[in-house]
Amino acid sequence: MSLASEDEVRELKFRDPEKGKALAARLEKLTEQIGRAPVAVMHVCGSHEQAIARFGLRHILPKALEVIMGPGCPVCITDVPEVDEGVALAQQGVRIATYGDMLKVPGSAGSLADARAAGARVDVVYSISQAVELARELREEVVFFATGFETTAVATAAEILRGPPSNFSVLSAHKYIPPVMEIVAEMPGTRVEGFLAAGHAATITGWAVFEPFVERHRLPVVVAGFEPLDILAGLVRLLELIHAGTPQVDNMYPRCVTREGNAAAQTQLWRVFRPLGGRWRGIAHVPNGNLRLRDEWAHLDARQRFRIDVGRLWDFAPAALVQRCICGEIMAGLKSPADCPLFGRECQPESPVGACMVSSEGTCKIWHLYGGHPELQGGDEVRP
Amino acid sequence: MRSLLPLGERITLKHGSGGRAMRALIEQLFVDGAESPAGGVGLAEMDDGAAIPVGDRFLVLTTDSHVIHPLFFPGGDIGRLAVAGTVNDLAMMGATEVLALTCSVILEDGFPTDQLEAIQKSIRFTSREARAPIVTGDTKVMGKGELDGLVLNTAGVAFTDRVVPDSGLRPGDRILVTGTLADHGFAVLAARHKLELQGELRSDVAPINTLVRDALAAGGPEVVAMKDPTRGGLASALHEMAEKSGVGVVLEERRIPLTGPVRAAAELLGIDPLHVANEGKAVLGVRPGAAERVLAALRAHPLGRDAAIVGAVIAEHVGRVILDTGFGRRLLTEPEGEPLPRIC
Repeated sequence: MSLASEDEVRELKFRDPEKGKALAARLEKLTEQIGRAPVAVMHVCGSHEQAIARFGLRHILPKALEVIMGPGCPVCITDVPEVDEGVALAQQGVRIATYGDMLKVPGSAGSLADARAAGARVDVVYSISQAVELARELREEVVFFATGFETTAVATAAEILRGPPSNFSVLSAHKYIPPVMEIVAEMPGTRVEGFLAAGHAATITGWAVFEPFVERHRLPVVVAGFEPLDILAGLVRLLELIHAGTPQVDNMYPRCVTREGNAAAQTQLWRVFRPLGGRWRGIAHVPNGNLRLRDEWAHLDARQRFRIDVGRLWDFAPAALVQRCICGEIMAGLKSPADCPLFGRECQPESPVGACMVSSEGTCKIWHLYGGHPELQGGDEVRP
Repeated sequence: MRSLLPLGERITLKHGSGGRAMRALIEQLFVDGAESPAGGVGLAEMDDGAAIPVGDRFLVLTTDSHVIHPLFFPGGDIGRLAVAGTVNDLAMMGATEVLALTCSVILEDGFPTDQLEAIQKSIRFTSREARAPIVTGDTKVMGKGELDGLVLNTAGVAFTDRVVPDSGLRPGDRILVTGTLADHGFAVLAARHKLELQGELRSDVAPINTLVRDALAAGGPEVVAMKDPTRGGLASALHEMAEKSGVGVVLEERRIPLTGPVRAAAELLGIDPLHVANEGKAVLGVRPGAAERVLAALRAHPLGRDAAIVGAVIAEHVGRVILDTGFGRRLLTEPEGEPLPRIC
């Protein structure tokens, strides 16, 4: 088969399995040198977990290195009352536009998909600009249910500053990552010795945003990209810092991330949003962890524009299954899907109980899709 | 058979998207208790079609209904899809010389005549291309809103001396694909959602009976299993073949042919191309000694230029498909419904 040469070059640069194996060997050596087993580090990004699973990286990581999946999936940490707001609005007859991942996330009385099946109007969009377009076409009220971290919040901010039509508003469930790292670091029983920070978020915030955290908690932070070699190299650097006992921030994604970040995007972000404390689903109350529209944009804030009647939904008691869901402990890095009695049984992608089984960035969904890290030997003699 | 998924109180879109839910629906509702023709292939086998012994040959019979939105998409339209779909299902059973097709059309009140003419032209063109004459048909018109535009149903019959089943894999066999994957699904997805994606995404919809004929001529009885990876993509097709054959499959990801635009779309949307539909491709299981010969025959055909050997059959991990990424290995799962794009 003939590949376009451009493809081949790209593959060579960031997807070279030989370089990957060399980095894995260095990880093996570093974990030996550190001498504690296991050495536990955490990433706080669903895209990191996605890439780790997608490329089968756990298969080549040292047994003594535990890479814990933190609260890095924006869909999963959207809290139940926030989902309820979206569902309630939809049931009140308002057209909701949102990302596909949000559809199946269960609230206290069903998901947006359930509301849609019962007749509510819910549209899947790929970006906020598609939602704005929809509002322009339809000339009826369209509410964009906005989820995601600072990466997607910036897109929301830009659209708001551009001046959407008057029938458009935003229900913000956006979240801000840096504060939740503090929560995890302070959790009793946490074994995390260092953090792998998300390259795309750092593109906006700059890597300096992690300096106060390192100062306070004496834990190293390494900013890493999303190609398999980015992640392996980021882990190598993190283990080097742990081994040397020198907590600092290191940028292993310099082709995208600078110390200061994207100043224009930050200006837009903070012109539109203010940080507010709030619950992250299954985790805890996170001070400054939520992004809400500033008062200046009240006319575009769905919470101001509509009376959202969530109380009505809460007459339904949560299903018994939901109470057995351990998504919170999984996202805090205390447990893995293998510890969950529902995983793969009552809780499957077709019928999710917890949000982690819904999103393609959710730990449980990823484990379900890519098989956790089972032994997959065999067939070497017949490989084509 | 694996443990059955509960159907739920209502049929939903996931029951039609080619994954586990669809198989559960078919197994529980339609296959349960069905009898197969003696010495042939019937509903119970859940193959691409039925094979009825007639003398020392088999009459292969298949039918397929087609609904697609939009009706016209880059690379094809519903007419071409309806003919190719049935011709390819016959070919996947080993029957590459089509005796005849039927074609029924159900229209919605108000459907534009010029669109119907364009679709009819495409049906005729594709039927000539496949040398598959349409010999009878039916037309119905339903009220406005009673269906979405147009539904096409085709059925086809053909003879074959040997039926190639889904279930003939054994350890050591090679897995071949006849060309680049996921072109159809991504082209339709991009057209449906009006995504402006870089590069050109074009459906691969085509009748591939002559391509399959050439492969069978080169490999003879050493071509032991065939399936067209339509809804649910390569992942679904291989799971079904592995499960029915009682074997496992290891795929080498870097050998799987994908076009540049499909790679880009897959990365951008977070959709696994191995879960995405094809309409002009086949997956073949071939005994190891014949694999190179069959590959050469495929590549000599204009529709098989990008054919590749992408994997091998193993005795371990029965019913599972393992993807070797070059870095490590992971399980390739079956898609569970319409792929939803991830958010960031």
